[in-house]
Amino acid sequence: MTNKEPLLHLEDLKLYFRTSKGAVCAVDGVSFDLGYQEAVVVLGESGCGKTSLAKAILRLLPRNVDTYSGRVILEGKDVMPLSDEEFRQGVRWVRMSMVPQAAMNSLNPVLKVGDQVAEPMIVHSRMKKDEALAQAVKMFQNVGVPIDFLGRYAFELSGGMRQRVAIAMSLVTLPRLIILDEPTSALDVLTQANIMNVLKRIKKELEVSYILITHDIATSSELANRVVVMYAGLVVEDSDAMRFFSKPLHPYSQMLMASVPRLRGDKEPEFITGQPPSLYNLPPGCRFADRCPLRFSACDQDPKLVDIEGRRVSCWKYV
Amino acid sequence: MNAIKRTIRDIFQYPSAAVGATIILLLIILAVIIVIAFPYQKAINLWRAGEEVWYKSPKTAQPKWVNWFRARDLPETLFLSTLDGSATKTIKPVTEDLTQVIMSFPFNYNYDYFPQELSVFFKANFNTKKPLVTLTWVSPNGEMQIANFSIRASESYRVSQDEKLTRKLSGLPPQQALFVDLNSAVLSPVKGPYELRIVGNLFEKGDTLDAEMVMYGQVSGWAGTDHLRRDLLIGLMWGLPVALSFGLIAALGTTISTMIIAAIGVWFSGWVDELIQRITEINLVLPFLSILIMIGTFYSRSLWIILGVAIALGIFGYGIKGYRAIFMQIKESPYIEAARAYGAGSWRIIFRYLLPRIIPVLVPSLVTAIPAYVFLEAGLAVLGLGDPVIPTWGKIINDANNNGALYQGQYYWILEPSVLLMLTGLAFALVGFALDRVFNPRLRGV
Repeated sequence: MTNKEPLLHLEDLKLYFRTSKGAVCAVDGVSFDLGYQEAVVVLGESGCGKTSLAKAILRLLPRNVDTYSGRVILEGKDVMPLSDEEFRQGVRWVRMSMVPQAAMNSLNPVLKVGDQVAEPMIVHSRMKKDEALAQAVKMFQNVGVPIDFLGRYAFELSGGMRQRVAIAMSLVTLPRLIILDEPTSALDVLTQANIMNVLKRIKKELEVSYILITHDIATSSELANRVVVMYAGLVVEDSDAMRFFSKPLHPYSQMLMASVPRLRGDKEPEFITGQPPSLYNLPPGCRFADRCPLRFSACDQDPKLVDIEGRRVSCWKYV
Repeated sequence: MNAIKRTIRDIFQYPSAAVGATIILLLIILAVIIVIAFPYQKAINLWRAGEEVWYKSPKTAQPKWVNWFRARDLPETLFLSTLDGSATKTIKPVTEDLTQVIMSFPFNYNYDYFPQELSVFFKANFNTKKPLVTLTWVSPNGEMQIANFSIRASESYRVSQDEKLTRKLSGLPPQQALFVDLNSAVLSPVKGPYELRIVGNLFEKGDTLDAEMVMYGQVSGWAGTDHLRRDLLIGLMWGLPVALSFGLIAALGTTISTMIIAAIGVWFSGWVDELIQRITEINLVLPFLSILIMIGTFYSRSLWIILGVAIALGIFGYGIKGYRAIFMQIKESPYIEAARAYGAGSWRIIFRYLLPRIIPVLVPSLVTAIPAYVFLEAGLAVLGLGDPVIPTWGKIINDANNNGALYQGQYYWILEPSVLLMLTGLAFALVGFALDRVFNPRLRGV
């Protein structure tokens, strides 16, 4: 499963936004690797920088960017020095694509979904429309949307179908990596399971890797090979899925896992008291320290990621 | 296609819109027929032609149909000619050189009102010596010689301008006096058979003489005539395609360019947006009508120049502010971000993602803008800045105004173009309001 050279290697990726109150450190030096045909789940609560991470990887930056630095090495090639135009033509949606958050609203309401799915092909490969549509038909079959839906508009489809169309759109240029930003939120459980199965099948058949961004721990466990837990713009734990789901290391991960309701057992689902810190002017020290039940004196200094049997965790407890 | 059908069905749920759409459809069909049946050049030539084309019709005569609403009819125009055989002509050689031509113009007069004028047009062909003509008027009251003169190759004679005849008829206008019994006290036309007899003396061999008599009535054609004897029908008919095309081109030109510019501003933002907004604000302060009047007065009154200026000034209009607000909202929607993510270029996003979203708002405003521009053109024409060549409705109103149509009770001259203008405006307004309801869900069911 793990190749020598990873598909994607992130190194100290930073994305700060400029606001009137100062810089917001949405992504504050994230590093991790992703292998071929591997699915990594990025977990974390709302506002911890998950979506910003996706945008930073795909270089979909808003206008108020303060700092954007680090290294994104895709298939052995650093894509950071590329110009925006080179990035648009050669990387984004060609080698890695994305299913955006609220994918249901990410379809153009005045385009038929068939044309919509064909759009990236037309934009990128300068393909004729009928060829692009033929490719779109293939992708529709892959994600399980009936072909006669091609001529419909987005508002004529159900949420699940729209989600599938969005996934088809990300697949149509046959990228190696797809970033899925909360692909199953706002869907009912049955549809969620369905979409997860589609994603699993596609992963095998089309040999793609996923970065799955979610706060839905239960559903993501279906798909994950690896888990990256983010907190306040930082990676706090990076582990293989097997061991993570059975025994998370970081106190935040532990509490996150404890908050998942279970069918059997007397334990009430726990919640984490307090709020994640605001991302302006962060003080030094462990960012989780204020909410951590295991806090001790060392927590006032910045923790380092420590390697424990192939798992990385950023907590003074393990030093 | 289905969406269009559905929209049409929706529109026809509003009876007013159905009426408006029917009127528009009729106007368009009519405009097409007019343009095909009366090609532009032919119509313009007719409209620009002077007396030599229009001498057969009366000045400022009311339309024919006013007789339907009158107890006693107004006289219609009578035209008799020796050239087309409607009048008789006998040639009698007297000596070897002298020839006498006797022409007779008989008619029945059955009206209770006097004709507007009586004219005779001569066409003679001679070498050196002018032919001499004698005009004799035969009425139920008797026979009388009215004039005696020599003529040129082309000569016209109007009884109203013959002062000798006026004196002879005890000061009454001849065109009236010729029809009354001068011995009775009643000044109304005597009904019965009349005849104008013209005897011409030709003094050289091979000379010819023909004459045409026109008794101008007080009604003429289906639309009446103007001060230049032109049939207003031509002007009114050609006014329709001119008005529709002016309105449509101006409305399309301004709304579409406004929409595109607003989208460009919103999408590129930064200095592009700033520039567009500042230009718009400056443009909004400029007095639109005054600029058009200035251009009409000092530069050109051509309809197409005025059209161009109206569009140019309309591009950076209020529309930009409204569309900008809508685009700002659309720009932030997730599907635009998604499009950016899969690499769609700026222009692709503007034309394929932003613009189509605003069409529902655009269509009603486009339809209501059409009559606004039709009225603008008419307004300029009424102010005397209409195109000097092309007949338009506003131009006809301007002509009527300049010739004191209302003081002289020639209401038809003003009312006909005004009714057409109002009908056009009404039709587009009715459809525009219904479209607004169909496309703007918030107004639905109101």
